[in-house]
Amino acid sequence: MAFRPETAKPLNELAELLLHAPNSLTPGERELIATYVSAENDCYFCQTVHGAIAAAHLDGDEELVRCVKTDFGSAKISEKLKTLLTIAGKVQKGGKQVTAADVEAARTQGATDIEIHDTVLIAAAFCMYNRYVDGLHTWQPHDEELYRQRGRKTAQEGYVTMSREYLPQEDETKQGA
Amino acid sequence: MPHIPLPAELPGISSAFAFRPETAKPLRELAHILLHEPNSLSPGERELIATYVSSRNECYFCQTSHGAAAVCHLGSSETVKQVHADFTQAPISEKLKRLLTIAGQVQQGGKKVTREAVNAAREQGATDIEIHDTVLIAAAFCMYNRYVDGLATWQPRDEAMYAQMGEHLAREGYTTPSIRLDEKK
Repeated sequence: MAFRPETAKPLNELAELLLHAPNSLTPGERELIATYVSAENDCYFCQTVHGAIAAAHLDGDEELVRCVKTDFGSAKISEKLKTLLTIAGKVQKGGKQVTAADVEAARTQGATDIEIHDTVLIAAAFCMYNRYVDGLHTWQPHDEELYRQRGRKTAQEGYVTMSREYLPQEDETKQGA
Repeated sequence: MPHIPLPAELPGISSAFAFRPETAKPLRELAHILLHEPNSLSPGERELIATYVSSRNECYFCQTSHGAAAVCHLGSSETVKQVHADFTQAPISEKLKRLLTIAGQVQQGGKKVTREAVNAAREQGATDIEIHDTVLIAAAFCMYNRYVDGLATWQPRDEAMYAQMGEHLAREGYTTPSIRLDEKK
């Protein structure tokens, strides 16, 4: 991200909208979708940092995050979120894998059109972020406390604010940032 | 039929952008920076990477629209066909072939990118930014393709429509809609 600030901007804005901005799905639910897809893509950095953000939103429940990653069917989450995670898992394998029956099952549990849309786009976006992070062979420290701290901060402040730590600052006054 | 009620008159990603304008904005901006803004890789080369990855992901809408944009930049539809079928035989630079190898590895998964592939691209003169942008273009199309197919968007088999879209994308880039509704029945 810091290597190419031009592309970091829309990438952070997209994450902010999908995961942090107000939505009928809670930030915790959306971070669980991001974490689950990143685990399916075997991306250590993304599953750990988004898992930490999810836990921060969910009263620090790291056990729930672990359970969603390994077997979401048995996790203590809503039936609606389970059907959305099924859709997310299909998207991870390929867009065409999503079936009308998967979508119908989510609707039956009360998922709205926007929630289905956002689930598909979160899952698709993490198929990008995960490949970006691993494809460049980025440094991914294995230090759980570091991710925990960063998770709490990101859960509170969001992605655009956090990105100011590593992106060059410009036109702050002009943009009213 | 799309999985959710998308605007019926718009094809592919255009319908998803119209359904959710908030997310359309950064998605358009990212494509514009990666494919259209000044870069040491030409727009034609970058569109070839985009259409190649989309063909590997079997996304009809993306491979056809970005293929059409590449044709506009390169003036040759034969090159695009060859890149889809077997890029090693296409009349493109050795450097671009190395970058397409990296893009193909990203399509399989980020961890599939090998040091050998990156070194091979460097040996052909690829810069760090070019390698970065190749990885991000390929990763981004693993998103766009899944978005378009995951919602089961309408993807008409209409060559003239894609040719018109390709012209718009090649000329204007990605910040404005590429479909002119008044031209459609």
